[in-house]
Amino acid sequence: MSLFRKLALIVASFSALLLSGCGDDIKYNMREGVTEISREVYDLHMIVIWVCVVIGVITFGAMFYSMFAHRKSKNPNPAKFSHSTVVEIIWTVIPFIILIALAVPAVGLLIKMEDASDSELTVMVKGYQWKWEYKYIDGDDNLGNDVSFFSNLDQKSRDLSVNSGSGFSGIEITDENYLLEVDNPLVLPVGKKVRFLVTADDVIHSFWVPDFSVKKDAVPGFINEVWTKVDEPGIYRGVCAELCGKDHGFMPIVVKVLPQAEYDAWYAEKVAEAEAGPDLNERTMGQLMAEGEAAYNKYCSSCHMPNGEGNGPFPSLVGTAVTTGPIEKHIDVVLNGVSGTAMQAFGNQLTEAEIAAIITYERNAWSNDMGDKVQPQEIHDIKNGGGE
Amino acid sequence: MSQEQTQNDNKVMTKKLVVVVVIMIAFGFAMVPLYDVFCQITGLNGKSNGLAVYEEQEADMSREITVQFMTINKTDMPWEFRPVQTQIKVHPGKEYEVLFAVKNRTGDEMVGQAIPSFSPNLTAQYFNKTECFCFNQQTLAAGESEEMPMRFFIDKDIPARYDTITLAYTLHNVTPDDESLAAAQ
Amino acid sequence: MADHKPTGISRWLFTTNHKDIGTMYLVFSFIMFLIGGGMAMVIRAELFQPGLQFVEPNFFNQMTTLHGLIMVFGAVMPATVGLANWLIPMMIGAPDMALPRMNNWSFWILPAAFGLLLSSLFMEGGAPNFGWTFYAPLSTTYGPPSTDFFIFGVHLMGISSIMGAINVIVTVFNMRAPGMTLMKMPLFVWTWLITAFLLVMVMPVLAGAVTMMLTDRHFGTSFFDAAGGGDPVLFQHVFWFFGHPEVYIMILPAFGIASAIIPTFARKKLFGYSSMVYATASIAFLSFIVWAHHMFTVGMPVQGELFFMIATMLIAVPTGVKVFNWIATMWQGSITYETPMLYALAFVILFTIGGFSGVMLAMTPVDWQYHDTYFVVAHFHYVLFPGAIFGTMAAVYYWLPKWTGRMYDEKLAKVHFWLSIIFVNLTFFPMHFSGLAGMQRRVPDYAIMYSDFNMLSSIGAFGLGLMQLLFAWILIKACILKKGEKATDQVWEGAEGLEFTHMPSPAPYHTFDTPPKID
Repeated sequence: MSLFRKLALIVASFSALLLSGCGDDIKYNMREGVTEISREVYDLHMIVIWVCVVIGVITFGAMFYSMFAHRKSKNPNPAKFSHSTVVEIIWTVIPFIILIALAVPAVGLLIKMEDASDSELTVMVKGYQWKWEYKYIDGDDNLGNDVSFFSNLDQKSRDLSVNSGSGFSGIEITDENYLLEVDNPLVLPVGKKVRFLVTADDVIHSFWVPDFSVKKDAVPGFINEVWTKVDEPGIYRGVCAELCGKDHGFMPIVVKVLPQAEYDAWYAEKVAEAEAGPDLNERTMGQLMAEGEAAYNKYCSSCHMPNGEGNGPFPSLVGTAVTTGPIEKHIDVVLNGVSGTAMQAFGNQLTEAEIAAIITYERNAWSNDMGDKVQPQEIHDIKNGGGE
Repeated sequence: MSQEQTQNDNKVMTKKLVVVVVIMIAFGFAMVPLYDVFCQITGLNGKSNGLAVYEEQEADMSREITVQFMTINKTDMPWEFRPVQTQIKVHPGKEYEVLFAVKNRTGDEMVGQAIPSFSPNLTAQYFNKTECFCFNQQTLAAGESEEMPMRFFIDKDIPARYDTITLAYTLHNVTPDDESLAAAQ
Repeated sequence: MADHKPTGISRWLFTTNHKDIGTMYLVFSFIMFLIGGGMAMVIRAELFQPGLQFVEPNFFNQMTTLHGLIMVFGAVMPATVGLANWLIPMMIGAPDMALPRMNNWSFWILPAAFGLLLSSLFMEGGAPNFGWTFYAPLSTTYGPPSTDFFIFGVHLMGISSIMGAINVIVTVFNMRAPGMTLMKMPLFVWTWLITAFLLVMVMPVLAGAVTMMLTDRHFGTSFFDAAGGGDPVLFQHVFWFFGHPEVYIMILPAFGIASAIIPTFARKKLFGYSSMVYATASIAFLSFIVWAHHMFTVGMPVQGELFFMIATMLIAVPTGVKVFNWIATMWQGSITYETPMLYALAFVILFTIGGFSGVMLAMTPVDWQYHDTYFVVAHFHYVLFPGAIFGTMAAVYYWLPKWTGRMYDEKLAKVHFWLSIIFVNLTFFPMHFSGLAGMQRRVPDYAIMYSDFNMLSSIGAFGLGLMQLLFAWILIKACILKKGEKATDQVWEGAEGLEFTHMPSPAPYHTFDTPPKID
């Protein structure tokens, strides 16, 4: 009898899956998404599930019938047959036909998904350990390369994750967008065919936005192409889908899709920001320390820890050579990284002000108390060849 | 069958299987050049053909293809690196020259290597470079800047479905580090 | 020669007896199974609820990496090699394996290999943390220092597997008793023979891949580094050229086991013996031309994606033939439900569920939504846990009385089965849902919408972990405490095959010194 219980369990689970597929609830099933392609993918997914369910019911049905009807107490004398060419040919050919029938729509959809021609906007997506960079490449005669920014996990999720207690009695997290929120989302216009050129700086990442049915690996040194055309404005969330090291689970993707006019306004604002150039104003020690603490917690603390003491392969910054040695070396390490280690070159990732603040903070926080500071202008000069 | 006979057979067969293992090890390594050949044929991952020679030919003036140029710096590469023309329209069969501007902003001599990648990646096989800085490493002294040329033409038999080609160069820092320099001396 | 058995530690160190070596393989794989399972417990504890409660992300990645490597190379593969050692000579009427001394080496390399791998946990920088698939450049440029120990460990495991496989092939071809033609061999021998060919073909490729990693790390080559003209994606091609046949290396022996057990308890001959052989061979062949279905998202030309999609879907045909043949074997049989049969039937059903999700994953357009999510985790755990591991458990229950001469505790075994089947589904079925909803693989922390499913999975996993301790107790009770009634020579009413018809229980230390007569 218990065999039937297991069957019931499996059937129940499958039907939960199917029922939820009929509703809007995305909790149990693949989401339909907001593009033509994603809806077709969803439909194909549901077709395959149903085909599998039907085959499963027939196959397991026959099997359970046999288990029940042909048990020893009911059928003490087993039959003698052990071969039947006709039957064997039938159950080779039928699955073959079913598979071909499944492959036909899949081939058509695949070819459609791979056709990125006639796109109206190109965005370069670049994966880093553990953040994304977006760079808008205008479609017309001027590529500009003006608008580009980094997108990091928001500070709230970061804090929640680390401070969630320990053991099974951990603190319950209720934030709906926990681990799915960033500081600077990718912004796209609605109804335009957008082409993503996906690449990576360090290791392989994967750019995945389930609502668009877009998933493409970001391979360092190479570009991959994928496209989408979003039908409705809204906020769509995705994640990095390829193991990329320690914080693989902490580099979400947020895409904000705006109506064309709002998008244009946003874009113009970004262009203006870029044209204004970096903020190189002189700062007081207090300002540098305050900005430095915030930036340190955002960019540095996941490896070097909030208390600066490091963790495993990531060295301590408290009283150690770089942070309490000559400031030139310290600046060099932050700007250019340390090759062969996980220490990245932050020179092109952070603003001059952020770098100056972080270095000042690292040299004066905890028990370092070096007393020296560095200004954004100095960082700017070093970056542009004036360092010596 | 005697026991000796069996043992002999076992030895012969073991040897044959060891040969299979050795062949498969070789095959594992042979996948590297095979993959390169495969990439060259299909243009996978932008592994384009090597240096091509342009033969005077009549261009296909009826078709116009947009070629976009993109530059990507690895984070540990502080050079300024950008295309002078970000985008040009070309006719298949005609030769063009574009320039890429590069500047070593640091205070040290550095060596860079640009690696091309195409999108859509299958277009690489129709994209012929007659001259390219990407074939060599580039050494720039402190503060030095340069405009590097790249000459190319597109095959006339490029399928009609391709209307845009994006060529991205990723600039890698291949400056020998101090340790390996010291070791070399 | 009398049934002479050396004693003491040297018996195990220097043994060339296929039964001793088989036992050592099985014990070793069980220990590895418990270690790898312990790591799974750490993983599931961390995933019990959102937030980081038990371990930090870097250690979590070390756990997923080692869990995968240990389960694949330390638990499943050595277990099937152990069964091959015990059973193949007895099934084909041979006195021992063809190359008994090599057999000893191939076993004793394994503890060294896994000692190396596990020692990396205590090294500075920690154990390998790049997943069992160790994609470059995460494992090359960005790998921890212990990666070199991992590479050396993989080399040793490869050597061990290759030697084991060569031994099986030579034994099957040269050591069969007169009259035991190839098409008379039990299906377990057939599936293992094909597995052995797969091993000989692909383990060297894996060795090549890790060697390239090693030279990339230390000797300035750039196979997988774009800066030097290499390509990180090449690594994936080389790895999966090994990796996909590897999947069948793990599952084919289980096919053979089911094909031995189901006829016994249905008291009916295996249906479609020759089509089973051909189906196995075609699965093995197809496994060589489908590897890139693991890499649909890396940016392949559409033609390549189409080819790998179609080829992958074709695998469902021979696999379906096998499942239908098993059901036809049961059809109009006279079935009883002892524990081995229960495990074999659970294997057929749950493996088929894993097969269904496999067909779904094969279809490129939808695979882009499934790829690297928990849906994939659910899929391969369905084919590995209730597939390969239930198959191995079925084999252990089925042949244990022949090996030890005593029946195991049937009541406890049934408890083990029923709770395992509940927990295995509780653990892995919800993963389908969390994957479809969007939860990516290999993360220590997740968004709150996946909480319910993860909690279910974790509870199931803890139960499943406990069940393996019960399994250990059942084995200790039967093998070491020697409790349980004496087994008959045939053990099971419907059992056929030389090991049941031509020797007493327990099987003597030396069997078939003179070959049996096969009619």
